[in-house]
Amino acid sequence: MLSLSHVLTLSAVLFAISVVGIFLNRKNLIILLMSIELMLLAVNMNFIAFSSFLGDRSGQLFVFFILTVAAAEAAIGLAILVAMFRNMRTIHVDDLDSLKG
Amino acid sequence: MDFVMPDFRLAAPELFVAGMSLVILMVTSFATKHARSAAFWLCEFALLGALLLTLFSGDVQRSLTFSGMYMSDLFGSFLKILVCLSVAIVLQYGRAYMADRKIDSPEYYLMVLFATLGMMVLISASHFVSMYMGLELMSLSLYGLVAVDRDNPRSTEAGMKYFVLGALASGLLLYGMSMLYGATGTLEIHEIAQRIYERSANDLVVVFGLVFVLVGIAFKLGVVPFHMWVPDVYHGAPTAVTLLVSSAPKLAAFAMAFRVLVLGLFDLAEHWQSMLMLLAMASIILGNLAAVAQTNIKRMLAYSGISHMGFMLLGLLSGVVKGEGGTYAVNAYSSAMFYAVAYVMMTLASFGMVILLSRAGFEAENVDDFKGLNQRSPWFAGMMLIVMFSMAGIPFFVGFFAKLSVLQAVIAAGNISNQPHYYWLAVIAVMMSVVGAFYYLRVVKVMYFDDAADQSPIVATLGMRTLLSANALSIAIVGLLPNWLMQICAFTLLH
Repeated sequence: MLSLSHVLTLSAVLFAISVVGIFLNRKNLIILLMSIELMLLAVNMNFIAFSSFLGDRSGQLFVFFILTVAAAEAAIGLAILVAMFRNMRTIHVDDLDSLKG
Repeated sequence: MDFVMPDFRLAAPELFVAGMSLVILMVTSFATKHARSAAFWLCEFALLGALLLTLFSGDVQRSLTFSGMYMSDLFGSFLKILVCLSVAIVLQYGRAYMADRKIDSPEYYLMVLFATLGMMVLISASHFVSMYMGLELMSLSLYGLVAVDRDNPRSTEAGMKYFVLGALASGLLLYGMSMLYGATGTLEIHEIAQRIYERSANDLVVVFGLVFVLVGIAFKLGVVPFHMWVPDVYHGAPTAVTLLVSSAPKLAAFAMAFRVLVLGLFDLAEHWQSMLMLLAMASIILGNLAAVAQTNIKRMLAYSGISHMGFMLLGLLSGVVKGEGGTYAVNAYSSAMFYAVAYVMMTLASFGMVILLSRAGFEAENVDDFKGLNQRSPWFAGMMLIVMFSMAGIPFFVGFFAKLSVLQAVIAAGNISNQPHYYWLAVIAVMMSVVGAFYYLRVVKVMYFDDAADQSPIVATLGMRTLLSANALSIAIVGLLPNWLMQICAFTLLH
Protein backbone atom coordinates (compact mmCIF):
# COMPACT_ATOMS: atom_id res chain seq x y z
CA MET A 1 0.00 0.00 0.00
CA LEU A 2 1.32 3.42 -0.96
CA SER A 3 1.62 5.63 2.08
CA LEU A 4 1.84 9.41 2.28
CA SER A 5 5.54 9.28 3.14
CA HIS A 6 6.32 7.35 -0.04
CA VAL A 7 4.81 10.06 -2.21
CA LEU A 8 6.39 12.84 -0.17
CA THR A 9 9.80 11.20 -0.46
CA LEU A 10 9.40 10.90 -4.21
CA SER A 11 8.44 14.56 -4.55
CA ALA A 12 11.27 15.61 -2.23
CA VAL A 13 13.73 13.68 -4.40
CA LEU A 14 12.36 15.29 -7.56
CA PHE A 15 12.54 18.69 -5.91
CA ALA A 16 16.13 18.11 -4.81
CA ILE A 17 17.11 16.98 -8.32
CA SER A 18 15.64 20.16 -9.78
CA VAL A 19 17.40 22.47 -7.28
CA VAL A 20 20.70 20.68 -7.86
CA GLY A 21 20.06 20.94 -11.59
CA ILE A 22 19.72 24.70 -11.33
CA PHE A 23 22.86 25.18 -9.27
CA LEU A 24 25.22 22.61 -10.79
CA ASN A 25 24.29 23.06 -14.41
CA ARG A 26 26.90 25.27 -16.09
CA LYS A 27 26.14 24.32 -19.67
CA ASN A 28 22.78 24.83 -21.20
CA LEU A 29 20.00 27.23 -20.29
CA ILE A 30 17.37 24.82 -21.65
CA ILE A 31 18.33 22.40 -18.88
CA LEU A 32 17.70 25.20 -16.41
CA LEU A 33 14.19 25.68 -17.77
CA MET A 34 13.61 21.93 -17.53
CA SER A 35 14.75 21.97 -13.90
CA ILE A 36 12.28 24.76 -13.13
CA GLU A 37 9.44 22.75 -14.65
CA LEU A 38 10.49 19.68 -12.70
CA MET A 39 10.47 21.73 -9.51
CA LEU A 40 6.90 22.89 -10.05
CA LEU A 41 5.79 19.34 -10.86
CA ALA A 42 7.40 18.05 -7.66
CA VAL A 43 5.40 20.65 -5.74
CA ASN A 44 2.24 19.56 -7.57
CA MET A 45 2.83 15.98 -6.49
CA ASN A 46 3.15 17.18 -2.90
CA PHE A 47 -0.13 19.05 -3.11
CA ILE A 48 -1.98 16.13 -4.67
CA ALA A 49 -0.63 13.70 -2.09
CA PHE A 50 -1.65 15.92 0.81
CA SER A 51 -4.99 16.68 -0.77
CA SER A 52 -5.76 13.02 -1.27
CA PHE A 53 -4.66 11.94 2.20
CA LEU A 54 -6.36 14.84 3.96
CA GLY A 55 -9.56 14.41 1.96
CA ASP A 56 -9.56 18.14 1.13
CA ARG A 57 -10.08 19.33 -2.42
CA SER A 58 -8.41 22.72 -2.29
CA GLY A 59 -4.91 21.24 -2.78
CA GLN A 60 -5.92 19.71 -6.10
CA LEU A 61 -7.44 23.00 -7.09
CA PHE A 62 -4.16 24.76 -6.39
CA VAL A 63 -2.44 22.28 -8.73
CA PHE A 64 -4.52 23.52 -11.67
CA PHE A 65 -3.39 27.06 -11.00
CA ILE A 66 0.26 26.00 -10.68
CA LEU A 67 0.09 24.07 -13.96
CA THR A 68 -1.37 27.10 -15.75
CA VAL A 69 1.22 29.46 -14.33
CA ALA A 70 3.99 26.97 -15.17
CA ALA A 71 2.90 27.04 -18.81
CA ALA A 72 2.98 30.85 -18.85
CA GLU A 73 6.34 30.81 -17.11
CA ALA A 74 7.82 28.44 -19.68
CA ALA A 75 6.54 30.67 -22.49
CA ILE A 76 8.13 33.78 -20.99
CA GLY A 77 11.36 31.95 -20.18
CA LEU A 78 11.69 30.65 -23.74
CA ALA A 79 10.86 34.07 -25.17
CA ILE A 80 13.64 35.68 -23.14
CA LEU A 81 15.93 32.82 -24.15
CA VAL A 82 15.26 33.41 -27.85
CA ALA A 83 15.84 37.16 -27.47
CA MET A 84 19.08 36.44 -25.65
CA PHE A 85 20.24 33.96 -28.27
CA ARG A 86 19.69 36.53 -31.04
CA ASN A 87 21.92 38.98 -29.17
CA MET A 88 24.64 36.73 -27.88
CA ARG A 89 24.54 33.71 -30.24
CA THR A 90 24.93 31.39 -27.27
CA ILE A 91 22.80 29.83 -24.55
CA HIS A 92 25.64 28.67 -22.34
CA VAL A 93 25.22 29.57 -18.67
CA ASP A 94 28.90 30.50 -18.37
CA ASP A 95 28.53 33.13 -21.07
CA LEU A 96 26.07 35.12 -18.95
CA ASP A 97 28.86 37.23 -17.52
CA SER A 98 28.63 40.71 -18.98
CA LEU A 99 27.03 42.04 -15.78
CA LYS A 100 29.60 41.99 -13.00
CA GLY A 101 30.82 44.06 -10.09
CA MET B 1 -19.66 23.90 -0.29
CA ASP B 2 -22.27 26.36 -1.51
CA PHE B 3 -21.47 29.03 -3.98
CA VAL B 4 -21.60 32.46 -2.42
CA MET B 5 -21.71 35.47 -4.69
CA PRO B 6 -18.50 37.41 -4.01
CA ASP B 7 -18.66 41.04 -3.00
CA PHE B 8 -17.24 42.63 -6.15
CA ARG B 9 -17.32 46.10 -4.64
CA LEU B 10 -14.46 45.26 -2.28
CA ALA B 11 -12.25 44.23 -5.19
CA ALA B 12 -13.27 47.21 -7.34
CA PRO B 13 -9.71 48.59 -7.80
CA GLU B 14 -8.37 45.27 -9.08
CA LEU B 15 -11.36 44.75 -11.36
CA PHE B 16 -10.95 48.26 -12.73
CA VAL B 17 -7.26 47.75 -13.51
CA ALA B 18 -7.98 44.36 -15.09
CA GLY B 19 -10.75 45.87 -17.21
CA MET B 20 -8.62 48.83 -18.24
CA SER B 21 -5.76 46.56 -19.30
CA LEU B 22 -8.14 44.80 -21.70
CA VAL B 23 -9.36 48.18 -22.97
CA ILE B 24 -5.77 49.28 -23.57
CA LEU B 25 -5.07 46.01 -25.37
CA MET B 26 -7.95 46.70 -27.76
CA VAL B 27 -7.26 50.41 -28.20
CA THR B 28 -3.57 49.95 -28.96
CA SER B 29 -4.35 47.17 -31.44
CA PHE B 30 -6.66 49.36 -33.49
CA ALA B 31 -5.40 52.92 -32.96
CA THR B 32 -1.93 52.06 -34.24
CA LYS B 33 -1.06 55.64 -35.13
CA HIS B 34 -1.23 57.04 -31.60
CA ALA B 35 -0.84 53.73 -29.81
CA ARG B 36 2.06 54.84 -27.61
CA SER B 37 0.59 57.99 -26.17
CA ALA B 38 -2.85 56.38 -25.91
CA ALA B 39 -1.33 53.51 -23.93
CA PHE B 40 0.51 55.96 -21.69
CA TRP B 41 -2.50 58.12 -20.87
CA LEU B 42 -4.87 55.19 -20.46
CA CYS B 43 -2.38 53.55 -18.09
CA GLU B 44 -2.13 56.71 -16.02
CA PHE B 45 -5.93 56.93 -16.03
CA ALA B 46 -6.22 53.29 -14.89
CA LEU B 47 -3.74 53.82 -12.08
CA LEU B 48 -5.30 57.03 -10.83
CA GLY B 49 -8.77 55.48 -11.14
CA ALA B 50 -7.67 52.48 -9.11
CA LEU B 51 -6.17 54.86 -6.55
CA LEU B 52 -9.44 56.77 -6.18
CA LEU B 53 -11.49 53.57 -6.08
CA THR B 54 -9.28 52.21 -3.31
CA LEU B 55 -9.66 55.45 -1.46
CA PHE B 56 -13.45 55.58 -1.66
CA SER B 57 -14.65 51.98 -1.97
CA GLY B 58 -12.79 50.24 0.83
CA ASP B 59 -14.43 49.45 4.15
CA VAL B 60 -12.81 50.46 7.38
CA GLN B 61 -13.30 47.07 8.95
CA ARG B 62 -11.51 43.98 7.74
CA SER B 63 -13.64 41.78 5.52
CA LEU B 64 -13.12 38.68 3.42
CA THR B 65 -14.69 37.93 0.09
CA PHE B 66 -14.20 35.59 -2.91
CA SER B 67 -14.52 32.56 -0.60
CA GLY B 68 -11.84 33.82 1.74
CA MET B 69 -9.32 34.49 -1.02
CA TYR B 70 -9.40 38.26 -0.90
CA MET B 71 -9.02 40.40 2.19
CA SER B 72 -10.08 44.00 2.18
CA ASP B 73 -8.59 46.06 4.99
CA LEU B 74 -7.01 49.44 5.60
CA PHE B 75 -3.50 48.01 5.58
CA GLY B 76 -4.02 46.68 2.07
CA SER B 77 -5.83 49.80 0.86
CA PHE B 78 -3.04 52.08 2.05
CA LEU B 79 -0.35 49.99 0.38
CA LYS B 80 -2.41 49.75 -2.81
CA ILE B 81 -2.75 53.52 -2.95
CA LEU B 82 1.03 53.83 -2.62
CA VAL B 83 1.61 51.16 -5.28
CA CYS B 84 -0.69 52.92 -7.77
CA LEU B 85 0.89 56.28 -7.02
CA SER B 86 4.45 55.02 -7.38
CA VAL B 87 3.73 53.15 -10.62
CA ALA B 88 2.06 56.29 -12.02
CA ILE B 89 5.22 58.24 -11.13
CA VAL B 90 7.43 55.51 -12.64
CA LEU B 91 5.56 55.75 -15.96
CA GLN B 92 5.89 59.53 -16.03
CA TYR B 93 9.63 59.45 -15.24
CA GLY B 94 10.34 56.73 -17.76
CA ARG B 95 8.25 58.03 -20.66
CA ALA B 96 10.87 60.14 -22.46
CA TYR B 97 13.63 57.67 -21.56
CA MET B 98 11.78 54.76 -23.14
CA ALA B 99 10.77 56.86 -26.18
CA ASP B 100 14.38 57.91 -26.79
CA ARG B 101 15.44 54.28 -26.88
CA LYS B 102 12.42 53.29 -29.03
CA ILE B 103 11.29 50.67 -26.52
CA ASP B 104 8.11 52.43 -25.37
CA SER B 105 5.88 49.97 -27.20
CA PRO B 106 2.28 49.65 -25.98
CA GLU B 107 3.30 46.25 -24.57
CA TYR B 108 5.64 48.02 -22.17
CA TYR B 109 2.74 49.99 -20.70
CA LEU B 110 0.52 46.92 -20.63
CA MET B 111 3.08 44.84 -18.81
CA VAL B 112 3.53 47.61 -16.26
CA LEU B 113 -0.23 47.59 -15.72
CA PHE B 114 -0.33 43.79 -15.39
CA ALA B 115 2.52 43.95 -12.88
CA THR B 116 0.55 46.54 -10.91
CA LEU B 117 -2.51 44.31 -10.96
CA GLY B 118 -0.35 41.46 -9.64
CA MET B 119 0.94 43.65 -6.82
CA MET B 120 -2.59 44.70 -5.87
CA VAL B 121 -3.80 41.10 -5.78
CA LEU B 122 -0.73 40.10 -3.79
CA ILE B 123 -1.34 42.87 -1.25
CA SER B 124 -4.95 41.79 -0.71
CA ALA B 125 -4.35 38.04 -0.78
CA SER B 126 -5.50 36.08 2.24
CA HIS B 127 -5.25 32.66 0.65
CA PHE B 128 -2.21 30.89 -0.77
CA VAL B 129 -3.80 30.50 -4.21
CA SER B 130 -4.53 34.21 -4.64
CA MET B 131 -1.15 35.07 -3.14
CA TYR B 132 0.61 32.84 -5.63
CA MET B 133 -1.42 34.16 -8.56
CA GLY B 134 -0.70 37.76 -7.59
CA LEU B 135 2.98 37.07 -7.07
CA GLU B 136 3.34 35.33 -10.42
CA LEU B 137 1.38 37.97 -12.32
CA MET B 138 3.75 40.55 -10.86
CA SER B 139 6.93 38.51 -11.40
CA LEU B 140 6.16 37.27 -14.90
CA SER B 141 5.42 40.82 -16.07
CA LEU B 142 8.62 42.06 -14.45
CA TYR B 143 10.72 39.35 -16.15
CA GLY B 144 9.36 40.53 -19.47
CA LEU B 145 9.90 44.18 -18.59
CA VAL B 146 13.54 43.67 -17.63
CA ALA B 147 14.19 42.10 -21.03
CA VAL B 148 12.07 44.70 -22.86
CA ASP B 149 15.11 46.20 -24.59
CA ARG B 150 15.44 43.01 -26.56
CA ASP B 151 18.24 44.09 -28.89
CA ASN B 152 20.48 44.94 -25.96
CA PRO B 153 22.49 41.94 -24.67
CA ARG B 154 22.66 43.39 -21.17
CA SER B 155 18.90 43.73 -20.89
CA THR B 156 18.15 40.20 -22.08
CA GLU B 157 20.88 38.75 -19.89
CA ALA B 158 19.45 40.52 -16.86
CA GLY B 159 15.99 39.26 -17.82
CA MET B 160 17.26 35.68 -18.04
CA LYS B 161 18.98 35.87 -14.65
CA TYR B 162 15.91 37.42 -13.05
CA PHE B 163 13.70 34.78 -14.61
CA VAL B 164 15.75 31.79 -13.46
CA LEU B 165 16.25 33.03 -9.90
CA GLY B 166 12.68 34.29 -9.61
CA ALA B 167 11.27 30.99 -10.82
CA LEU B 168 13.50 29.16 -8.34
CA ALA B 169 12.17 31.42 -5.58
CA SER B 170 8.54 30.77 -6.48
CA GLY B 171 9.29 27.05 -6.59
CA LEU B 172 10.73 27.17 -3.08
CA LEU B 173 7.81 29.29 -1.88
CA LEU B 174 5.33 26.79 -3.33
CA TYR B 175 7.12 23.86 -1.73
CA GLY B 176 6.84 25.63 1.61
CA MET B 177 3.17 26.34 0.97
CA SER B 178 2.56 22.67 0.19
CA MET B 179 4.19 21.71 3.50
CA LEU B 180 2.05 24.21 5.41
CA TYR B 181 -0.99 22.86 3.60
CA GLY B 182 -0.07 19.30 4.49
CA ALA B 183 0.42 20.15 8.15
CA THR B 184 -2.67 22.31 8.61
CA GLY B 185 -5.03 21.03 5.92
CA THR B 186 -6.01 24.47 4.68
CA LEU B 187 -4.75 27.17 2.34
CA GLU B 188 -6.42 30.14 4.01
CA ILE B 189 -3.96 32.22 5.97
CA HIS B 190 -6.14 33.04 8.98
CA GLU B 191 -7.32 29.43 9.12
CA ILE B 192 -3.69 28.28 9.16
CA ALA B 193 -3.03 30.64 12.07
CA GLN B 194 -6.04 29.20 13.89
CA ARG B 195 -4.95 25.58 13.42
CA ILE B 196 -1.38 26.24 14.46
CA TYR B 197 -2.72 28.04 17.53
CA GLU B 198 -4.83 25.02 18.43
CA ARG B 199 -1.75 22.82 17.95
CA SER B 200 -3.66 20.56 15.64
CA ALA B 201 -0.81 20.97 13.20
CA ASN B 202 2.39 18.95 13.08
CA ASP B 203 5.04 21.33 14.43
CA LEU B 204 8.05 19.94 12.62
CA VAL B 205 6.37 19.98 9.22
CA VAL B 206 5.10 23.51 9.83
CA VAL B 207 8.59 24.78 10.62
CA PHE B 208 9.93 22.94 7.58
CA GLY B 209 7.34 24.72 5.44
CA LEU B 210 8.07 28.03 7.12
CA VAL B 211 11.75 27.86 6.11
CA PHE B 212 10.86 27.45 2.44
CA VAL B 213 8.21 30.17 2.52
CA LEU B 214 10.67 32.53 4.20
CA VAL B 215 13.30 31.82 1.54
CA GLY B 216 10.76 32.65 -1.14
CA ILE B 217 9.84 35.93 0.53
CA ALA B 218 13.50 36.80 1.06
CA PHE B 219 14.14 36.27 -2.64
CA LYS B 220 11.36 38.64 -3.60
CA LEU B 221 12.56 41.27 -1.14
CA GLY B 222 16.13 40.76 -2.30
CA VAL B 223 17.89 40.26 1.03
CA VAL B 224 21.22 38.47 1.58
CA PRO B 225 21.86 35.57 0.91
CA PHE B 226 19.10 35.63 -1.71
CA HIS B 227 20.18 38.90 -3.30
CA MET B 228 22.22 37.62 -6.27
CA TRP B 229 19.70 38.86 -8.82
CA VAL B 230 19.38 42.40 -7.44
CA PRO B 231 22.59 44.10 -8.70
CA ASP B 232 22.52 42.39 -12.10
CA VAL B 233 18.86 43.17 -12.72
CA TYR B 234 19.15 46.79 -11.58
CA HIS B 235 22.23 47.22 -13.75
CA GLY B 236 21.07 45.43 -16.87
CA ALA B 237 17.46 46.57 -17.09
CA PRO B 238 16.59 49.89 -18.80
CA THR B 239 16.64 52.52 -16.03
CA ALA B 240 12.89 53.12 -16.28
CA VAL B 241 12.30 49.43 -15.57
CA THR B 242 14.89 49.42 -12.78
CA LEU B 243 12.87 52.22 -11.26
CA LEU B 244 9.77 50.02 -11.31
CA VAL B 245 11.51 46.86 -10.04
CA SER B 246 13.08 48.75 -7.15
CA SER B 247 9.96 50.57 -5.95
CA ALA B 248 6.41 49.21 -5.89
CA PRO B 249 7.20 45.45 -5.71
CA LYS B 250 8.97 46.06 -2.40
CA LEU B 251 5.70 47.32 -0.93
CA ALA B 252 3.88 44.26 -2.25
CA ALA B 253 6.57 41.93 -0.89
CA PHE B 254 6.33 43.68 2.47
CA ALA B 255 2.57 43.11 2.50
CA MET B 256 3.11 39.45 1.64
CA ALA B 257 5.72 39.02 4.39
CA PHE B 258 3.40 40.70 6.89
CA ARG B 259 0.38 38.61 5.94
CA VAL B 260 2.21 35.29 5.92
CA LEU B 261 4.51 35.75 8.89
CA VAL B 262 2.57 37.98 11.25
CA LEU B 263 -1.03 37.10 10.41
CA GLY B 264 -0.48 33.47 9.40
CA LEU B 265 2.49 32.09 11.29
CA PHE B 266 2.51 34.27 14.38
CA ASP B 267 2.81 31.27 16.70
CA LEU B 268 6.06 30.30 15.00
CA ALA B 269 7.50 33.76 15.66
CA GLU B 270 10.43 32.44 17.67
CA HIS B 271 11.50 30.48 14.58
CA TRP B 272 11.09 33.15 11.91
CA GLN B 273 12.36 35.87 14.16
CA SER B 274 15.82 34.34 14.48
CA MET B 275 15.91 33.60 10.75
CA LEU B 276 14.94 37.17 9.93
CA MET B 277 17.65 38.40 12.29
CA LEU B 278 20.31 36.57 10.29
CA LEU B 279 18.89 37.79 6.99
CA ALA B 280 18.66 41.39 8.21
CA MET B 281 22.19 41.43 9.64
CA ALA B 282 23.71 39.86 6.55
CA SER B 283 21.86 42.30 4.27
CA ILE B 284 22.85 45.38 6.22
CA ILE B 285 26.50 44.36 6.43
CA LEU B 286 26.99 42.98 2.93
CA GLY B 287 24.79 45.56 1.21
CA ASN B 288 26.66 48.50 2.65
CA LEU B 289 30.15 47.03 2.24
CA ALA B 290 29.57 45.95 -1.35
CA ALA B 291 28.05 49.32 -2.29
CA VAL B 292 31.29 51.08 -1.32
CA ALA B 293 33.17 49.28 -4.09
CA GLN B 294 30.72 50.20 -6.88
CA THR B 295 31.45 52.76 -9.56
CA ASN B 296 28.18 52.16 -11.38
CA ILE B 297 25.45 54.14 -9.64
CA LYS B 298 22.71 51.64 -10.54
CA ARG B 299 24.69 48.83 -8.91
CA MET B 300 25.47 51.08 -5.95
CA LEU B 301 21.78 51.83 -5.45
CA ALA B 302 21.04 48.09 -5.81
CA TYR B 303 23.36 47.23 -2.93
CA SER B 304 22.02 50.14 -0.93
CA GLY B 305 18.52 48.77 -1.58
CA ILE B 306 19.63 45.41 -0.17
CA SER B 307 20.76 47.10 3.03
CA HIS B 308 17.52 49.11 3.23
CA MET B 309 15.50 45.91 2.98
CA GLY B 310 17.60 44.55 5.84
CA PHE B 311 16.62 47.57 7.91
CA MET B 312 12.96 47.00 7.09
CA LEU B 313 13.24 43.41 8.29
CA LEU B 314 14.67 44.71 11.58
CA GLY B 315 11.37 46.49 12.17
CA LEU B 316 9.36 43.43 11.17
CA LEU B 317 11.23 41.07 13.48
CA SER B 318 11.15 43.22 16.61
CA GLY B 319 7.36 43.07 16.89
CA VAL B 320 7.40 39.76 18.73
CA VAL B 321 9.17 39.16 22.00
CA LYS B 322 9.25 35.68 23.52
CA GLY B 323 6.54 34.55 21.17
CA GLU B 324 4.13 37.31 22.20
CA GLY B 325 3.20 40.60 20.63
CA GLY B 326 2.38 43.51 22.89
CA THR B 327 1.33 47.08 22.36
CA TYR B 328 4.84 47.85 21.13
CA ALA B 329 4.25 45.35 18.30
CA VAL B 330 2.22 47.98 16.46
CA ASN B 331 5.16 50.36 16.80
CA ALA B 332 7.52 47.77 15.38
CA TYR B 333 5.32 46.84 12.41
CA SER B 334 4.49 50.44 11.64
CA SER B 335 8.20 51.32 11.75
CA ALA B 336 8.84 48.58 9.17
CA MET B 337 5.99 49.91 7.05
CA PHE B 338 7.23 53.47 7.41
CA TYR B 339 10.66 52.26 6.31
CA ALA B 340 9.22 50.57 3.22
CA VAL B 341 7.29 53.71 2.27
CA ALA B 342 10.31 55.96 2.88
CA TYR B 343 12.51 53.64 0.84
CA VAL B 344 10.10 53.75 -2.08
CA MET B 345 10.06 57.57 -1.99
CA MET B 346 13.86 57.67 -1.98
CA THR B 347 14.40 55.04 -4.63
CA LEU B 348 11.92 56.75 -6.97
CA ALA B 349 13.79 60.02 -6.63
CA SER B 350 17.27 58.51 -6.94
CA PHE B 351 16.56 56.48 -10.08
CA GLY B 352 14.53 59.43 -11.34
CA MET B 353 17.74 61.49 -11.16
CA VAL B 354 19.62 58.81 -13.11
CA ILE B 355 16.92 59.00 -15.79
CA LEU B 356 17.03 62.81 -15.77
CA LEU B 357 20.77 62.82 -16.56
CA SER B 358 20.40 60.21 -19.30
CA ARG B 359 19.43 61.22 -22.80
CA ALA B 360 19.14 59.62 -26.22
CA GLY B 361 22.26 57.54 -26.82
CA PHE B 362 23.72 58.25 -23.38
CA GLU B 363 23.24 56.37 -20.12
CA ALA B 364 24.22 58.32 -17.01
CA GLU B 365 24.91 55.20 -15.03
CA ASN B 366 28.29 55.86 -13.46
CA VAL B 367 28.88 57.87 -10.32
CA ASP B 368 31.27 59.96 -12.44
CA ASP B 369 28.38 61.06 -14.64
CA PHE B 370 27.18 63.13 -11.68
CA LYS B 371 30.46 65.10 -11.69
CA GLY B 372 29.91 68.83 -11.48
CA LEU B 373 26.15 68.55 -11.52
CA ASN B 374 26.07 71.71 -9.42
CA GLN B 375 27.55 73.67 -12.32
CA ARG B 376 25.08 72.22 -14.80
CA SER B 377 21.97 72.53 -12.68
CA PRO B 378 22.20 73.77 -9.07
CA TRP B 379 18.53 72.98 -8.49
CA PHE B 380 18.75 69.28 -9.38
CA ALA B 381 22.09 68.95 -7.59
CA GLY B 382 20.20 70.16 -4.52
CA MET B 383 17.46 67.60 -5.13
CA MET B 384 20.01 64.80 -5.42
CA LEU B 385 21.65 66.11 -2.24
CA ILE B 386 18.34 65.70 -0.40
CA VAL B 387 17.91 62.15 -1.68
CA MET B 388 21.45 61.09 -0.81
CA PHE B 389 21.29 62.68 2.65
CA SER B 390 17.98 60.96 3.27
CA MET B 391 19.31 57.57 2.17
CA ALA B 392 22.35 57.99 4.40
CA GLY B 393 20.02 58.72 7.32
CA ILE B 394 21.09 62.28 8.04
CA PRO B 395 18.56 64.33 10.05
CA PHE B 396 16.05 65.79 9.19
CA PHE B 397 15.07 63.80 6.15
CA VAL B 398 12.63 60.94 5.94
CA GLY B 399 15.37 58.30 5.84
CA PHE B 400 16.57 59.44 9.23
CA PHE B 401 13.19 58.97 10.87
CA ALA B 402 12.74 55.61 9.16
CA LYS B 403 16.05 54.37 10.57
CA LEU B 404 15.33 55.97 13.95
CA SER B 405 11.93 54.33 14.38
CA VAL B 406 13.22 50.92 13.31
CA LEU B 407 16.11 51.15 15.77
CA GLN B 408 13.73 52.32 18.50
CA ALA B 409 11.60 49.23 17.88
CA VAL B 410 14.68 46.99 18.09
CA ILE B 411 15.81 48.62 21.35
CA ALA B 412 12.29 48.36 22.80
CA ALA B 413 12.23 44.65 22.01
CA GLY B 414 15.63 44.33 23.67
CA ASN B 415 14.47 46.16 26.79
CA ILE B 416 11.40 43.99 27.19
CA SER B 417 13.06 40.67 26.52
CA ASN B 418 16.35 41.48 28.31
CA GLN B 419 18.27 39.83 25.53
CA PRO B 420 21.57 41.48 24.59
CA HIS B 421 21.53 40.42 20.94
CA TYR B 422 18.88 43.03 20.16
CA TYR B 423 21.33 45.73 21.27
CA TRP B 424 24.02 44.16 19.10
CA LEU B 425 21.64 44.27 16.16
CA ALA B 426 21.09 47.99 16.72
CA VAL B 427 24.82 48.70 17.18
CA ILE B 428 25.81 46.85 14.01
CA ALA B 429 23.01 48.54 12.08
CA VAL B 430 24.19 51.99 13.16
CA MET B 431 27.83 51.17 12.39
CA MET B 432 26.90 49.98 8.94
CA SER B 433 24.87 53.14 8.29
CA VAL B 434 28.09 55.05 8.90
CA VAL B 435 29.75 52.94 6.22
CA GLY B 436 26.72 53.68 4.06
CA ALA B 437 27.14 57.42 4.57
CA PHE B 438 30.53 57.13 2.84
CA TYR B 439 29.20 56.11 -0.54
CA TYR B 440 26.14 58.34 -0.43
CA LEU B 441 28.28 61.34 0.44
CA ARG B 442 30.72 60.42 -2.31
CA VAL B 443 27.96 61.18 -4.81
CA VAL B 444 27.43 64.55 -3.10
CA LYS B 445 31.16 65.26 -3.18
CA VAL B 446 31.34 64.43 -6.88
CA MET B 447 28.38 66.72 -7.62
CA TYR B 448 29.67 69.75 -5.76
CA PHE B 449 33.47 69.59 -5.74
CA ASP B 450 34.41 68.01 -9.06
CA ASP B 451 34.38 69.66 -12.45
CA ALA B 452 31.79 68.57 -14.95
CA ALA B 453 33.13 66.37 -17.73
CA ASP B 454 30.33 67.34 -20.09
CA GLN B 455 28.71 70.73 -19.77
CA SER B 456 25.60 69.96 -21.81
CA PRO B 457 22.46 71.35 -20.17
CA ILE B 458 19.88 68.98 -18.76
CA VAL B 459 17.05 68.23 -21.15
CA ALA B 460 13.77 67.18 -19.61
CA THR B 461 10.10 67.90 -19.98
CA LEU B 462 8.41 70.28 -17.59
CA GLY B 463 6.30 67.45 -16.16
CA MET B 464 9.39 65.40 -15.38
CA ARG B 465 11.13 68.36 -13.75
CA THR B 466 8.15 69.25 -11.59
CA LEU B 467 7.40 65.69 -10.55
CA LEU B 468 11.01 64.89 -9.70
CA SER B 469 11.35 68.10 -7.70
CA ALA B 470 8.10 67.36 -5.87
CA ASN B 471 9.32 63.83 -5.19
CA ALA B 472 12.61 65.02 -3.71
CA LEU B 473 11.00 67.88 -1.78
CA SER B 474 8.44 65.49 -0.30
CA ILE B 475 11.37 63.55 1.18
CA ALA B 476 12.44 66.73 2.96
CA ILE B 477 8.89 67.71 3.96
CA VAL B 478 7.89 64.29 5.31
CA GLY B 479 11.27 64.33 7.06
CA LEU B 480 10.28 67.53 8.86
CA LEU B 481 6.77 66.29 9.66
CA PRO B 482 7.09 62.50 9.94
CA ASN B 483 4.35 62.01 12.52
CA TRP B 484 1.33 61.95 10.30
CA LEU B 485 2.76 59.27 8.02
CA MET B 486 3.77 57.27 11.09
CA GLN B 487 0.27 57.61 12.48
CA ILE B 488 -1.31 56.47 9.22
CA CYS B 489 0.94 53.40 9.24
CA ALA B 490 0.01 52.57 12.83
CA PHE B 491 -3.68 53.29 12.19
CA THR B 492 -3.89 50.98 9.18
CA LEU B 493 -2.19 48.20 11.14
CA LEU B 494 -4.52 48.53 14.12
CA HIS B 495 -7.70 48.09 12.07
